[in-house]
Amino acid sequence: MDRIPILKMGEHLLVTIQVDMHDQIALNLQDDLTNQIAKYKAKAVLIDISALEIVDSFIGRMISNIAGLSRILDAQTVVVGMRPAVAITLVELGLTLDGVRTALNVEKGLDILRTALKR
Amino acid sequence: MTNVGCDQIAQVIQKDEKIILEQWGSYQLSSFTMRRDLISENEVKQESRKFLQLFSGALQNNKNDKLTGNEWDDVRVLLADVSLSRAKKGFSPSDTATFIFSLKQPLFNIARENFKDIAILAEVLWNITVILDKLGLYTTEVYQKGREEIISRQQQEMLELSTPVVQLWEGILALPMIGTLDSSRTQVVMESLLQEIVDTGATIAILDITGVPTVDTLVAQHLLKTVAAARLMGADCIISGIRPQIAQTIVHLGVDLTSVITKATLADAFLVALERTKQKIVKVAV
Amino acid sequence: MTNVALVLPIQSSEDIVIARQKVRELAIKAGFNVVNQTKFITAASELARNTLDYGGGGYLTFEELINGNKKGLKLVFEDQGPGIDNIQLAMTDGYTTGKGLGLGLTGAKRLVNEFDLWTEVGKGTRISIIQWT
Repeated sequence: MDRIPILKMGEHLLVTIQVDMHDQIALNLQDDLTNQIAKYKAKAVLIDISALEIVDSFIGRMISNIAGLSRILDAQTVVVGMRPAVAITLVELGLTLDGVRTALNVEKGLDILRTALKR
Repeated sequence: MTNVGCDQIAQVIQKDEKIILEQWGSYQLSSFTMRRDLISENEVKQESRKFLQLFSGALQNNKNDKLTGNEWDDVRVLLADVSLSRAKKGFSPSDTATFIFSLKQPLFNIARENFKDIAILAEVLWNITVILDKLGLYTTEVYQKGREEIISRQQQEMLELSTPVVQLWEGILALPMIGTLDSSRTQVVMESLLQEIVDTGATIAILDITGVPTVDTLVAQHLLKTVAAARLMGADCIISGIRPQIAQTIVHLGVDLTSVITKATLADAFLVALERTKQKIVKVAV
Repeated sequence: MTNVALVLPIQSSEDIVIARQKVRELAIKAGFNVVNQTKFITAASELARNTLDYGGGGYLTFEELINGNKKGLKLVFEDQGPGIDNIQLAMTDGYTTGKGLGLGLTGAKRLVNEFDLWTEVGKGTRISIIQWT
């Protein structure tokens, strides 16, 4: 599998990363998401990484990029479900993903997006 | 060391087992280091009898003077048990080694009785000394290892005890930190905080540093790391309990805490947390 | 006491994924807790990518270590690439000659118990990392 499916739910785009991604899959995801935000005029992107056992600086950078790109395209991004061990490792690695919104799980992530979109 | 020497010693030990046990027992019990408060006389006697049996058996089959052969396996296992159990009971290393060293006198006594030839006696005594010294050192080594295990376990327990994470209110956690915040401590704090965030679904955590004596750049860095890790999990942090002199050091050191909400007291922080989670506590009119 | 387990090639980005999976498998076998596992796999991922991107590909060697009652895992990343010209600069947070974030080397070092770097310009680079239970 070379592409990660992106689900469209109204104004939201939903991505669940389930595989240990090699670099090309990550780059494809970045491209696909940018295209779909533009195509559907999506207002919010939710990325669920609860299945990811590690996030290295490459994946970390991809997440930052997606958040940055969607901001430019006028969409909000929330990253949800990061595992505790992954969070500790990222901080130790020196990657704090500043500028990326986070939430504990999909439910809380959707809450954040709903509140943000109301304004 | 000749095998004949060891073999003969073993035979003598088996012959005079009763006498040796009696003498050895009384040496151990009368020893200055005997801790009657920690171990019963009966226990000492049982350990002694078992050891002597295995010891004479191993001597009989002894192949080299390094005591590395598998004929010594049983002896080593028993000694390891004895040393470890004594380490756990709180014996000192010399209390523990005395178990072996006090066997020298009784063995010398029976050697003198049984070997009348001076040259043989000298060899026998030498052999006994070499072997018992090795076993004695072995007990000390095992004892040391046992203590190290106990210490590292206690350290871990202390770490976990000293960093409780409490749920103050729905969605609000608090970590009252007491003592110095080093990197291993930070690690434990982070792990328990993040796990608690997962378990309770909390969205805000208060790190209270009232009990942290000093905040230097390193401690500040550890605090910021904890804040960053919680944020990655979707929870915001408030640092409370910053005393005036700590505020001064923070500014003096040029530590940037602007990205974190700071409050003077835990109560102030709690109010902010309630506000953030859209909750309110009101006084009830009676 | 050491025991050479196996050698994996690092020649493509799929190899990095395979390397990560092997590291995870051995880390679990050695009895690392989840945080240590995650840190070690992440460090391995960073270094494998360095080997690929800057060293032009190379090899990863696994060794299982035992020291008293602790178990450990040693990974050695080797390439015959251009080597690192200025180690001090390369070990600075945020410094990069490539397109990354410049966190690979320093970040990986912070994630592991032991870190050792050998490099010679024109000859290549060898980095070994060790994590203990």
